[in-house]
Amino acid sequence: MKKQILIPTFILITGIIILVSCSKNVSGVTDHLSPLLVTNQDVNAGNWKLILLKKVDSFNVPAPLATNSPIYVAELNEIKGVQQNLTDAQKNTIKYWSAGAVLRWNEIMRELVAKHNLPPYQNEDGSYPAPSAANPFNYPQFPFSNPPYAARAYAYISAAQYDALVAAWHFKMQYNRLAPYKIDSVISGKVLINKTDLPSYPSEDAVVAGVTAEMMKLLFPTEIGFIEQKAREAEEARILSGANVRSDINAGEALGRSVAEVFIARARTDNAGKAIGTPTDWLNLETSCVARGETPWFSLESPKRPPMLPLFGKVTPFLFSNAVEITLRPGPPPLTGSDQLKTETDEIYNLVKSPSRDQFRIVQFWADGAGTSTPPGHWDAIAEEDFITKNFSEVRWARNMALLNMALMDAGIVCWDTKYFYFNSRPTQLNSAIKTLTGIPNFPSYISGHSTFSGAASQILGHIIPERASAYQSMAQEASLSRMLGGLHYRSDCSTGITVGKKIGDYAIQRAVTDGAE
Amino acid sequence: MKTKLCFSISFLVSIYMITIDQAKGQTSMDGVMMNKHQLCTGITYMKSSWTNYWEGTYKRNNDNIGKLTTQEFMLMSNYGITNDLNVMVGIPYITSKASKGTLHGMKGFQDASIDLKWKALKCNHQSNQFSLITDIGFSAPLSNYVIDFLPMSIGMGSTNLSGRIIADYQKGKFFSTASAGYAFRSNVKLDRTSYYTTSLHSTNEVEMPDVANYSISIGLRTPDLILETFADRFVTLGGFDIRKNDMPFVSNQMNFTAIGLSGKYFLPFNNHIEITANASTVINGRNTGAATSYGAGLFYVFTFKNKKIDLKKL
Repeated sequence: MKKQILIPTFILITGIIILVSCSKNVSGVTDHLSPLLVTNQDVNAGNWKLILLKKVDSFNVPAPLATNSPIYVAELNEIKGVQQNLTDAQKNTIKYWSAGAVLRWNEIMRELVAKHNLPPYQNEDGSYPAPSAANPFNYPQFPFSNPPYAARAYAYISAAQYDALVAAWHFKMQYNRLAPYKIDSVISGKVLINKTDLPSYPSEDAVVAGVTAEMMKLLFPTEIGFIEQKAREAEEARILSGANVRSDINAGEALGRSVAEVFIARARTDNAGKAIGTPTDWLNLETSCVARGETPWFSLESPKRPPMLPLFGKVTPFLFSNAVEITLRPGPPPLTGSDQLKTETDEIYNLVKSPSRDQFRIVQFWADGAGTSTPPGHWDAIAEEDFITKNFSEVRWARNMALLNMALMDAGIVCWDTKYFYFNSRPTQLNSAIKTLTGIPNFPSYISGHSTFSGAASQILGHIIPERASAYQSMAQEASLSRMLGGLHYRSDCSTGITVGKKIGDYAIQRAVTDGAE
Repeated sequence: MKTKLCFSISFLVSIYMITIDQAKGQTSMDGVMMNKHQLCTGITYMKSSWTNYWEGTYKRNNDNIGKLTTQEFMLMSNYGITNDLNVMVGIPYITSKASKGTLHGMKGFQDASIDLKWKALKCNHQSNQFSLITDIGFSAPLSNYVIDFLPMSIGMGSTNLSGRIIADYQKGKFFSTASAGYAFRSNVKLDRTSYYTTSLHSTNEVEMPDVANYSISIGLRTPDLILETFADRFVTLGGFDIRKNDMPFVSNQMNFTAIGLSGKYFLPFNNHIEITANASTVINGRNTGAATSYGAGLFYVFTFKNKKIDLKKL
């Protein structure tokens, strides 16, 4: 009898010990990065080609105080004071931000996009409310950061960070004020970031914090408080770590906020505010498609949801003009009633009829649907992991992210223009037996957004990191294929999407080879 | 002596938002044991469906899903190692289907479970019987099924270790049972590298909160027949709410209370054959479907006379 008690008791206790001792804590891929260790400070970046700023000194940064002035000495003393009693929380904040400002702000952006990427819930009468920039806190909160909105937001943030940092590099070299750890031996012994020879005035981290926080007022107005707190935290981390004195921070933040104004002015007039269209616009898209003899797209949601940002194709691109944009619009998809369309519809039906586990893996890996940071955010994450290994300077980080995100935004513009120009149907519309392995996005089929985004991203990333070019191409092909495997797109949506995306990526490459950074 | 009833309620309490991991269902919660060297084995079927669900605490329907129906076929066996120590295994196969919208239905083997159920204490006084039973369960996915496609997914994908204490009191033909259980759940892995809960996580691994579950039942119990009514409460100890108009996620805080009836009966002309039937409905919930379920099962009881297998002498 005793043995009967012992066996289950032993199993129970062993099991509990095993499970309780397994930590459930999950850490993200960039949670424990080392401080940025830059191999090349790009001292000439002040000469790199600007995106929107007219001149590198459009916004003047006043000359800094001499390092022997009493005020500067007081700033050194501030660092020495705070470093005497650093809390663990402060050390964690320093460690977090020391991995790189552009990197961390891109991650914060991706988080905000994911947070706000939820389609509004319908009204009682089956209509849908739209987010309003004028009343951003009312449900549905502004913005609904769907893929086109997100692509544009990432691009504006990255481009503004780039211009602000180019200006910062100009003033750094002009004034050449050394970092506090180069001036003071006590701080030098306690500094908590990697020391560099880069002049510290104005602080590049504060420039990025200032420009990003200011851009957010436009792009994520409900998050201003959160963002301003992050900005303060990023700046404090620089003082606590001994990387910057307060005047480095103040000058940097002011420069960043000024540069943001130029980008905000562009954003207010780039037509994105009108991209949602009107019920008349929505009807016209449908009737003109029917007039061409084609089967129009309709929303596969119930109740039917108005199309996602149908006029986003009219937004002003970064890398080319709207006139050039029209030339990038591909020819029509397979026509209604054509053998090709029937063949392509049958192909999708056969693919999703009894999906394999690996098929699901591919679909899910690339789905990037509601509640995620969208396909552009996914490509930013892919880029980030590789950029981390390259030890880029902050200004080169910003330049590379700007090239990537401008390509992604412009890919979104051309893709959306194409989608609503042709307004063609999804495979499930032509064969309702096509059940999908993830949600069907609420816009026309041709061309695939994932394919266009991925074509553009893989092209410019392959230029930035040539040894990874073929890996990026494979990823783009898989992302594109995932939309067929998921039952969401025809083959021609995907193959044409990749081709168009690559052409847009080439515009980013054209800029890259002429911007002075290579 | 007549054969003891082998499964009092052999169905899942679990298919509400999806099938929650407690695949062995009520059997591990009841106060009934197999006799030594008896093997009860059989198959159960359950159909569970919901049209309304709780998005956080907000009850709604969704015309992009319509009515979600989950069907489960489970092979179950319960063997009496001794009169007081039983081992149970369950192997469920599950299908899911939505009546509206475009989402693909899913199917596959879910989580195999094994339970050791031990009657630790029994007191008999005239027609009063009291027993205290403990149950230790382990379950793990039988296949690499897709977990990140709720509510279509057939399971949560975690490996679980559970413990349960059951108090059972019988007076004459009437009984009441109360039980409380706790399950440790392992973390799970998604096919994607980033996901949002209340913040963005740049990893494919998801921290799964543990779950607790409480059950009470009262009813009639004779050697041939059990009829009972029960209430179950299932609580996720952590997790987060589905946001407005978002999809459900594996680490949501899924809670529910269900009430139901169940019965089982040994056929009078062959007391080796047992049939079971049950019905239940979720009366309140959080991040789960307001599911109504019906199930039935058919079992056969084998009695092995071979006395060589005797744990007492091992």
